[in-house]
Amino acid sequence: MAKVLDSKIPAGPVPEKWKEYKAHQRLVNPKNKLKLDVIVVGTGLAGASAAASLGEMGFNVINLCIQDSPRRAHSIAAQGGINAAKCYQNDGDSVYRLFYDTVKGGDYRAREANVYRLAEVSNNIIDQCVAQGVPFAREYGGMLANRSFGGAQVSRTFYAKGQTGQQLLLGAYSSLSCQVNAGKVKLYTRYEMEDVVIVDGRARGIIAKNLVTGKLERFSANAVVIATGGYGNTYFLSTNAMGCNCTAAVQCYRKGAMFANPSYVQIHPTCIPVHGDKQSKLTLMSESLRNDGRIWVPKKIEDAKKLQKGEINPWDIAEEDRDYYLERRYPAFGNLVPRDVASRAAKERCDKGFGVNNTGLAVYLDFSESINRLGIDVIMQRYGNLFEMYEEITDVFPGDLANEINGVKYYKPMMIYPAIHYTMGGIWVDYELQTTIPGLFAIGECNFSDHGANRLGASALMQGLADGYFVLPYTIQNYLADQSIWGKISTDRPEFDEAEKAVDAELTRLLNIKGKRSVDSLHKELGHIMWEYVGMGRTAEGLKEGLKKMHELEKEFDTNLFVPGTKEGLNVELDKAIHLRDFFTMGQLVAFDALSRNESCGGHFREEYQTEEGEAKRDDENYFYVGCWEYKGKGVEPELSKEPLEYEAIKVQTRNYKN
Amino acid sequence: MAKNISFTIKFWRQNGPKDAGHFDTHEMHDIPDDTSFLEMLDILNEELINEGKEPFVFDHDCREGICGMCSLYINGTPHGLTERGATTCQLYMRRFNDGDVITVEPWRSAAFPVIKDCMVDRNAFDKIIQAGGYTTIRTGQAQDANAILIPKEDADEAMDCASCIGCGACVAACKNGSAMLFVSSKVSQLALLPQGRVEAARRVKNMIAKMDELGFGNCTNTRACEAVCPKNETIANIARLNREMIKAKMAD
Amino acid sequence: MWLLNSSIGRKVVMSVTGIALILFLTFHCAMNIVALFSGEAYNTICELLGANWYALVATMGLAALAVIHIVFAFILTAQNRKARGNSRYEVSTTVNPGKVEWASKNMLVLGLIILIGLLVHLQNFWYNMMFAEIAGFTNGHSPADGFAFIIDTFSHWPLVVLYLVWFAAIWFHLAHGFWSAMQTLGLSGKIWLKRMQCFGLIYVTLLMLGFTVVVLGFYFGCAPSLDCCPDGACCEAAAVCCQ
Repeated sequence: MAKVLDSKIPAGPVPEKWKEYKAHQRLVNPKNKLKLDVIVVGTGLAGASAAASLGEMGFNVINLCIQDSPRRAHSIAAQGGINAAKCYQNDGDSVYRLFYDTVKGGDYRAREANVYRLAEVSNNIIDQCVAQGVPFAREYGGMLANRSFGGAQVSRTFYAKGQTGQQLLLGAYSSLSCQVNAGKVKLYTRYEMEDVVIVDGRARGIIAKNLVTGKLERFSANAVVIATGGYGNTYFLSTNAMGCNCTAAVQCYRKGAMFANPSYVQIHPTCIPVHGDKQSKLTLMSESLRNDGRIWVPKKIEDAKKLQKGEINPWDIAEEDRDYYLERRYPAFGNLVPRDVASRAAKERCDKGFGVNNTGLAVYLDFSESINRLGIDVIMQRYGNLFEMYEEITDVFPGDLANEINGVKYYKPMMIYPAIHYTMGGIWVDYELQTTIPGLFAIGECNFSDHGANRLGASALMQGLADGYFVLPYTIQNYLADQSIWGKISTDRPEFDEAEKAVDAELTRLLNIKGKRSVDSLHKELGHIMWEYVGMGRTAEGLKEGLKKMHELEKEFDTNLFVPGTKEGLNVELDKAIHLRDFFTMGQLVAFDALSRNESCGGHFREEYQTEEGEAKRDDENYFYVGCWEYKGKGVEPELSKEPLEYEAIKVQTRNYKN
Repeated sequence: MAKNISFTIKFWRQNGPKDAGHFDTHEMHDIPDDTSFLEMLDILNEELINEGKEPFVFDHDCREGICGMCSLYINGTPHGLTERGATTCQLYMRRFNDGDVITVEPWRSAAFPVIKDCMVDRNAFDKIIQAGGYTTIRTGQAQDANAILIPKEDADEAMDCASCIGCGACVAACKNGSAMLFVSSKVSQLALLPQGRVEAARRVKNMIAKMDELGFGNCTNTRACEAVCPKNETIANIARLNREMIKAKMAD
Repeated sequence: MWLLNSSIGRKVVMSVTGIALILFLTFHCAMNIVALFSGEAYNTICELLGANWYALVATMGLAALAVIHIVFAFILTAQNRKARGNSRYEVSTTVNPGKVEWASKNMLVLGLIILIGLLVHLQNFWYNMMFAEIAGFTNGHSPADGFAFIIDTFSHWPLVVLYLVWFAAIWFHLAHGFWSAMQTLGLSGKIWLKRMQCFGLIYVTLLMLGFTVVVLGFYFGCAPSLDCCPDGACCEAAAVCCQ
């Protein structure tokens, strides 16, 4: 039976909803806060900011992370910036515009009320971070500087060099550290959540593995918050960190939390192309490069052929023989179209044979025009560290002068190609960020709520911090208000026993397969299937084929896996095996959702549903809903429920970045 | 064009902080030189696992030089030798030659006990930050971000100080096992910004006290730290830290 | 007491005592240069610094500075070795060659060489002069005749060589020590570090050149204060000539 999902959106006009909610929600009195425990899993932007804020409010917080320090969470790798509707540039920006751009960028598949709230609190985030000592870029007058980003016509992105994510995370980490020092947050590093414990239908604790000793430990609390990021590593090669995994989220899904929109996977257009089969991860080149770089492939197919064979160099190709295909197709936004549009356009060119790498899977990102216009010094000031990073990896320095044709100077271009970057889908949450399991909350990339089918650049940082600093600390109180009567929940309860035993049995099972294949070799294979059949361009046929292959590979995993070592002590391979087990579940879930969504929108592109020009064709009549999946057992198709979307403030229309 | 190289890798094995530890060696064949150092170690591990051995344990995560997790001491230099400073994950095999012997060791410092092989415990850094590496503000109560103007030069310099990734290479390279570059980077960042000045004296005293308590050594200005810092932090930060500390103590 | 308990405090003590000792060396050098020109003037200064109460207090102070400097050096080194831990790197550090000054890593060794030199030096001069005056004995020359002791000491080539080695060690020690002290006192920064290093190098070089010139001047008999020889041909064995 498909459930009816109540998103608990407050009544009233969209701009008033959050104010109304805050004015009428239940609060927890200070005395009771001292009695209430909250577990926060993860220390990225969302997790660290939530733990810090909850601790500061007076709750007792237990915070876990898998790395050796909260500062290592992968939020740290975000380069470009964070959006806010401050309108410091006097360019007509407003909360409404940021809201509108985000909904439009998300291809009208986001929940309106959530996005409006996000846009509303975006300004507080900037204030908060500046007060923490985050060194945002500034102008000579001492005011904060902004840059523009894909999908927007205003400059609303705040940045700290090419390391905005790092600075914001360190800001949240410092607040968290302050609370650890105050004794309000207990921090557990190198701990991984393996299961959520449900008592009387409510999330009451977790089972976590101490990664150093290998022991399973129990934590109980009045509410559990997961902030464990996305599932991009299902594809093996992605811009995610090596440790990123979806084990916590998938385990919640198995225990009854619904998973929403898993097929919305973001492919980032500006990554360094794959170079070999030993590669472990893909490196992102900040989207901000698209401000000054122009993306092109050769106009003539024979030039592309020669480039692929290495017979000519890009700088030998004259201006008139270059196809700046984004500027050609989307004159209004040009190189700054949203990520999904830019990625698909690159794939389209490469599929037609115009790709430029030896693999034919790359396009150029060229700075010649900007360098000629602004001078190399200005460009180096803006992107110097990115150029150096690119050189370290590829041995090519994008600022090097290479050729001069008819008096025009050409510099060595970068080569880029799309790669898996972010997952818009995630655990389903209502307006309060609560999942379908009472007492279990999901924040940050881990939930699905704010980006719809596609996320705009510089919005992930905004969402993570909005959830952690400004949304969850309020909404969780509405839940906790009547929970103080429960007191401490004993970890000796049978539910904890059962959960721990189940986790332990899984560890034993994985260790006892004693087959021949390493975790990585299987993971790579899964990644290939995902990229091939559930990647940028999907078809019903391909998805079915992909599901079949995943099923077979999962069998191979269950029968022929080899994990060295024992349960005791640190065992990296065992931890990776657990992650892979859950990537299998996740991969299939993505495919099921992609198969059921017979339309193209945002990060989900079905080749059957496109216009003659190759643009995505949405079907608002039939698919204007959030697809929510309920776990039905291993290898069994999950069950789909729908949360219909209702738009009041925005008129749903076809996305247009052409004019 | 990528070429392939073969070499011997000599890597540190240590089962826990109390174990004496030893080196294992392994021959690596035909590794493309556009492979990153950590990808090369992935290949090593794949080979070890296929031989039924336990993989070589090392810390790594983002593999793009920002998380600060990777921490290998390669051929006598933390993170390996590059001209402009890079983390281990940004080191590529083209920096090595056919026939080399590559020695991989953990950070060796009393404050960073070995967990396993080349994975060390850098919890001490967190403890130092917890002692005062923040501004004590309440969520949601901050004034408008442009209310206090900050000169661009100050903001830029604070940004440079804030770039520290907490990898611990400075401690690993220092003959005194001193954490001054790490501590000074955080103290400097906050000392340069008006938002951080309010608690400057309290912060520097607490952080230094914690650093001493955790058993880090005394700075003797050898500058080994800044020579290996992947984010090019400079000892100008240490001078500022000293200044802040003396100022704070004088005012007591 | 943060000067004892805190790492930065201990380093501040090292810096302050170090700078004070450099100032003393400056004074000492100036005094030596006087000897280069006039034995009489030099002896006047020696007399001023004989067993007078203020000279004794100053000497005690100076000795205290040196002792504190040395004791702290040992404390700091012991702590640093402990912080380094028991396991040593298999491949010794090759951190970007040239970026780490040799002296900076060997300050204690240099300090020990300086200490040995100091003991010899004290035996040569202080024992025969101030101490002799207090204890009431004479060793060759009158305790007040410092000039004679100079001529005496620097007529022996092994002592001259020893002094030159000693000066080299001091040069290395101070070449790092000067800017290092400024750095520790926080009187440095991105720009000032280079200025301090430059100033320190020039200052220390001039200082040690001053000492060297005096020693060599007396050894080769070229010091103008030795022009007691009527024909000016006293370069061979200055001391003998003057007697």
